[in-house]
Amino acid sequence: MIKAILIFNNHGKPRLSKFYEHYTEDTEQQIIRETFHLVSKRDENVCNFLEGGMLIGGSDNKLIYRHYATLYFVFCVDSSESELGILDLIQVFVETLDKCFENVCELDLIFHVDKVHNILAEMVMGGMVLETNMNEIITQVDAQNKMEKSETFIFQSPRQDR
Amino acid sequence: MSPSVCLQEMIRVIRGARTQGEERGVIQRECAAIRAQFRQADSGGRSHNLAKLLYVHMLGYPAHFGQMECVRLIASSKYSEKRIGYLGAMMLLDEKQDASLLITNSIKNDLSHSSQHVQSLALCTLACMGSAEMCRDLAPEIERLLKASNSYIKKKAALCAVHIVRKIPELGEMFTPSAHSLLSEKNHGVLHGAVILITELCERNPDNLKQFRKSVPELVQIMKNLVTSGYSPEHNVAGISDPFLQVRILRLLRILGRNNDAASDAMNDLLAQVYSTSKSITTGISFPFHSIHSIYGLYTLYMVKRIGTFLLIIEFSYISMTSLQKIVQTDHTAVQRHRGTIVDCLKDQDASVKRRALELSLALVSAANIRSMMKELLLFLSTCPPELRSHAASGIFNAAERYAPSQRWHIDTILHVLVTAGGDVRDETVPNLIQLITAASELHCYTVHKLYRALISDIVQQSLVQVACWCIGEYGDLLLKGECEEITPMQVTEDDVLDALETVLQSHMSTPTSRGFALTAIMKLSTRITNNVDRIRSVVSIYGSCIDVELQQRAVEYNALFKKYDHMRYFTMSYCTVILEFGCRSRLSLVLGY
Repeated sequence: MIKAILIFNNHGKPRLSKFYEHYTEDTEQQIIRETFHLVSKRDENVCNFLEGGMLIGGSDNKLIYRHYATLYFVFCVDSSESELGILDLIQVFVETLDKCFENVCELDLIFHVDKVHNILAEMVMGGMVLETNMNEIITQVDAQNKMEKSETFIFQSPRQDR
Repeated sequence: MSPSVCLQEMIRVIRGARTQGEERGVIQRECAAIRAQFRQADSGGRSHNLAKLLYVHMLGYPAHFGQMECVRLIASSKYSEKRIGYLGAMMLLDEKQDASLLITNSIKNDLSHSSQHVQSLALCTLACMGSAEMCRDLAPEIERLLKASNSYIKKKAALCAVHIVRKIPELGEMFTPSAHSLLSEKNHGVLHGAVILITELCERNPDNLKQFRKSVPELVQIMKNLVTSGYSPEHNVAGISDPFLQVRILRLLRILGRNNDAASDAMNDLLAQVYSTSKSITTGISFPFHSIHSIYGLYTLYMVKRIGTFLLIIEFSYISMTSLQKIVQTDHTAVQRHRGTIVDCLKDQDASVKRRALELSLALVSAANIRSMMKELLLFLSTCPPELRSHAASGIFNAAERYAPSQRWHIDTILHVLVTAGGDVRDETVPNLIQLITAASELHCYTVHKLYRALISDIVQQSLVQVACWCIGEYGDLLLKGECEEITPMQVTEDDVLDALETVLQSHMSTPTSRGFALTAIMKLSTRITNNVDRIRSVVSIYGSCIDVELQQRAVEYNALFKKYDHMRYFTMSYCTVILEFGCRSRLSLVLGY
């Protein structure tokens, strides 16, 4: 199970924080700080897996991260998830963001946090991987955005069967 | 600040703040405006306000006053408002809040909404933060949706069902029939969700295993289709067709095939095929590692060989070692052949790799390789990162205890660890070592010489100091005699020994426990030596007025021994066969009558 998904920049400022288990606000901020502390110490040429964050899940907790330019994408998972699978998932997530925002950069994530949440909701649900096919995810997100734009027609649209 | 300023504008202003204090001020003003807006009933920019609040929440500022607003927005009829309301519910609400119960009804309505997107919002929220009561209420709805004709909804309903089963395991029976039928879907997302659901059901309730074993042929067929399907651009990751789904199915097959021959037989061909496919793959290789857990008997050796090759590739050494750790319990010999590479990983600069290598090395220690392994482990201990030191030290002690080829080797190893990492060992190391030394009677001379040497060179490591003091106190006469077979002895006078012990007593680096050991040792020496008894007497009487209560008590007792009970001194201070040094003290208490 995925316990949390965090995106923060090289200075530790959170750009996205999604927790799939409940923690108080203070604990959440502490987790972000602790994760940043652990991840920023890593060299460029070491593996992408970290153990040792004690706040989430204690000993059954791994941090799987990828560093893209100014951003760290960190997934906190327990032992039931495959490490390489999560690495692939991070890649799919970033590629999807790239497609949705057209050459995504940190500013896109800052100013459109809600959109990033919507995209993530199509990929991971309740701590479990939902969909990994990039095209499928983008189709759904586009349909939802269209729906938001055409608000007045919500009761008139026929039930869509896929 | 204008109340209707939108999210982007607010973010821009916050980013413009130059100090933490300025940022706090901006956010407080914004929050006050948002609060005021929430209190007014008008709809206007409600979703904007909640979006702003969620942004502020991510930065770490309190946002609990937005909870009721989430409830209101979820009940709205507009999609944009529902969307932000549900997002807010996932971020701000949890089972313990009363507000979460209020959204149960909205979720129920939305689950039957005509638009699949609204349904999916409700499903997503339920799966993320649904409490046990909410799950119980809504489980029938979810079960209905599992049979919907829309695969988008089906896949989300499947994961929602997993969440419900986690919260209330008894409801698992409700989903078992639908889970079966989901396996005949074509859509990968639905299959993925179905496999996760079945895995969860099997893990929660072993009775389900029997039922789902009937699905093994279906699962095998799906895997075969994936493995042989060739190039499928949609789900392709680095040459493998939907590795995520393959990994999930392999994991499920492992659970179903455990301890069941019929099921394992059905899987054998498939696993052979997976193995041979994996031979030609160099990237995106998560599923070969998962397949080893599904393999029984003769495949293990092949798979371990395979993993061994991955071990040599730097990027995969971590994963390889994690997988080997899982096998080493059951198949020790297969993993032994990679011992050399694993031991080399101890020297890797990556802390995660070092940690894995340490675990695996400790698991691989055996009677045959103990000497060479211990050399490597001791080398590792001297250079390892601080967070691993105590684990390494205790691992080394366990290994030494189980496989020590000789008592002398054992004592040498423990001393080595104490010198290198004495600050990180557990408390019971000192009495354990003392017990070991007592038991090895022919090595007393050797041990006391070695410890004396260690003591005069360095008194920082407290556990070493304590053991050394005890030993010198017990076997001081052997030290002074100056003969030893196993080691070239130093010529030591009584003054030298007393100097060393007094240094420990007076040093600011010594803990109270170490001082206690040193004082007792000095006292014991009064019966072993001949010339300097007066010196000992004066030292002991000085500490009769020491600030440390424990030390003072000891000194007073020893003083009493000198003065009133001199005839008992030899009895109480003679050789101990008891483990701990305060075995002497209990005899003392007996003598002095308390």
